[in-house]
Amino acid sequence: MDAIILQILNGLDKGSAYALIALGLTLIFGTLGVVNFAHGALFMIGAFCAVTLNKLFSLSFETVDPTRTDFLGNPLKVKTPYLVDWFGPEVGASLIDWAVPLSILFSIPIMIGIGFAMERGLIKHFYKRPHADQILVTFGLAIVMQELIKHYYGANPIQTPAPDAFRGSLDFGVLLGFDPNVIIYPYWRLVYFAFAALIIGGVFAFLQFTTFGMVVRAGMADRETVGLLGINIDKRFTIMFGLAAAVAGLAGVMYAPINSPNYHMGMDFLVLSFVVVVVGGMGSLPGAVAAGFLLGVLESFASMNQIKSILPGIDQIIIYVVAIVILLTRPRGLMGRKGVMED
Amino acid sequence: MTKNNLTRRGVLKTGAGVGASLAVPTLFTGAAWAGYMNEPMGSSVTLGFNVPQTGPYADEGADELRAYQLAVEHLNGEGDGGMLQTFSSKALEGNGILGKKVEYVTGDTQTKSDAARASAKSMIEKDGAIMITGGSSSGVAVAVQGLCQEAGVIFMAGLTHSNDTTGKDKKANGFRHFFNAYMSGAALAPVLAAQYGTDRKAYHLTADYTWGWTQEESIVAATEALGWETVNTVKTPLAQTDFSSYIAPVLNSGADVLILNHYGGNMVNSLTNAVQFGLREKMANGKNFEIVVPLFSRLMARGAGENIKGILGSTNWHWSLPDEGTKAFVKSFGTKYGFPPSQAAHTCYVQTLLYADAAQRAGSFNPCAIAEALEGYEFDGLGNGPTLYRAEDHQCFKDVLVVRGKENPTSEFDLLEVVEVTPRAQVEYAPDHPMFAGGALGTCNPGA
Repeated sequence: MDAIILQILNGLDKGSAYALIALGLTLIFGTLGVVNFAHGALFMIGAFCAVTLNKLFSLSFETVDPTRTDFLGNPLKVKTPYLVDWFGPEVGASLIDWAVPLSILFSIPIMIGIGFAMERGLIKHFYKRPHADQILVTFGLAIVMQELIKHYYGANPIQTPAPDAFRGSLDFGVLLGFDPNVIIYPYWRLVYFAFAALIIGGVFAFLQFTTFGMVVRAGMADRETVGLLGINIDKRFTIMFGLAAAVAGLAGVMYAPINSPNYHMGMDFLVLSFVVVVVGGMGSLPGAVAAGFLLGVLESFASMNQIKSILPGIDQIIIYVVAIVILLTRPRGLMGRKGVMED
Repeated sequence: MTKNNLTRRGVLKTGAGVGASLAVPTLFTGAAWAGYMNEPMGSSVTLGFNVPQTGPYADEGADELRAYQLAVEHLNGEGDGGMLQTFSSKALEGNGILGKKVEYVTGDTQTKSDAARASAKSMIEKDGAIMITGGSSSGVAVAVQGLCQEAGVIFMAGLTHSNDTTGKDKKANGFRHFFNAYMSGAALAPVLAAQYGTDRKAYHLTADYTWGWTQEESIVAATEALGWETVNTVKTPLAQTDFSSYIAPVLNSGADVLILNHYGGNMVNSLTNAVQFGLREKMANGKNFEIVVPLFSRLMARGAGENIKGILGSTNWHWSLPDEGTKAFVKSFGTKYGFPPSQAAHTCYVQTLLYADAAQRAGSFNPCAIAEALEGYEFDGLGNGPTLYRAEDHQCFKDVLVVRGKENPTSEFDLLEVVEVTPRAQVEYAPDHPMFAGGALGTCNPGA
């Protein structure tokens, strides 16, 4: 039982990342009709926003300590962060420690800006082009973005820790009446799950309860009619592209302490997220979220040794097996509707 | 009736023709026997450095390339000479190799076997490279080694740790200076037993490819020989990034040690995930839960940050070693680039010097003459103590370092501390050891 609960928690955590990326993908696909293969790169850039703020906060000046030597035998240069010098050891160190949560504020304008630039500068020229062209250009863009990141940050993963307060694990089992240390789960992964739920809820509320959201939903259903009513739907769709980029970026920021960011992390999530979108139903926001969590949980269960002893290698193919089964039985995905995104 | 056209002139012409045609193959055969692939004719000789310049190991590849450039400088008599001053062989004189200036071309392996073979082939066929060296992956090393064997050039492997490189996939034209998975197990297991006791239960997470399999086999055999029990061995996909669903079952598996047979990004992520799940603070079977990383890389360890503190592993070489060879190399490298070299840089630098020295001693660039000079060669002064290039499998035998993630590093490079220098005798094995069985060295191919 404890193993099952642990894998459910793992699945929900993985599903959070899948759902956030798939949500952004669906927003772009649903509004602009663009298959955005650069969406994984936006997730990666979000993670590197956290890396960048961490590096900025850690910018240091050097002083020579004559009592110690470096690897060449020269007097050791000791680095002191400017923040520590300006604000004192406690405040300065706290700011560095909280770099990842503070990156949320840092990343939102950057991600929205990147989203606008992508949409206005490149993607708008491909609205009327076949999906194959859109895939090629956005995939190329993703490679350019990851190569730029690799050029400036290197190929190795970069450690970007969570604040001290969130390191360590919660004894989840005790809360459920199990013995101590049976079901323990990292604090930051629980934070990630809560954060994802907040963002997903926020996006849905924005679309459901604001006039802007209502117009966007109307545009998703019938772009032409909304345009005939004199509403500049293109402008709103551009804003939605920026919003989708910000969602992917925030998912990346908060993911940075879970796995050290590297330039390739977006590609690792991209294919899975597309499967999530297809399983959920093209253009369906609730479908994307539900499929994200469903596939996350199934993937975690498939990694259990008991399952793998019966079906060896199932952990590597489970997501694709589920996708095949869903597409055979429900060709429009779990929540896809007739006529949506169909020619 | 037939007309006989036989004339004296005709006989002479025919005879000359037949004689010439018979002689031609003989001449070609003679040339092939005496010559070899890419024999340098001018005043320079070209070496091919095949390293990952793109892909996940690009940083390691960049460090390898730095080391190669430094080696070329030293061979051509530039710079401070580095390890040439401490090398036990004094054949090299700082005037290139056999009086020819050393030049180089580079290729990008991308850490993909097909790309690595293509770049090595291009360097051999288009650039005239007489030797290929480098790489950061066993899959790539095995693939490129096979190509060099077919092409008839020497392959001096870079960072490759799988037993297979000098085991079932060994080749007469291939040579490995780097240690291997068996040696890691043999060096690490006694230290693990001394530090954590002999009554331990180990759970293995293993990267699902050639290196992971041999690493797991080696460390399982070595630890079980000392009394440890193996609770489970779980293969993880090479492309896996989040290991949480593989770590969670460890919690209640009855194991009190987690052994991560992972390298590079896999190692960074699995170790980070294991620490996040509280394994470092966990008690199991009345003991502190421990994590072990059999193959450490300082460059990669930076990605795991504080998570590596206190973690035991093994490494081929470390810049903090006190011997004169290491000091000379670290001084050269550190002065030129501003930071200490990695173990990948070290093995690549040493391989270049060993190739050059073998050519110098053999008096020829013929791959077979160089192979003969390297086989059974004993040397010292290159950072690992007295070392043997064993003739039977072209594997170097030398001391192995057991290291631990440093608790209080003084700089971003000061991540590992040497716990023990395991003597060479402890990591030696017979050429026909079962873990290395299944392949044949074959015979040297000079190409051409």
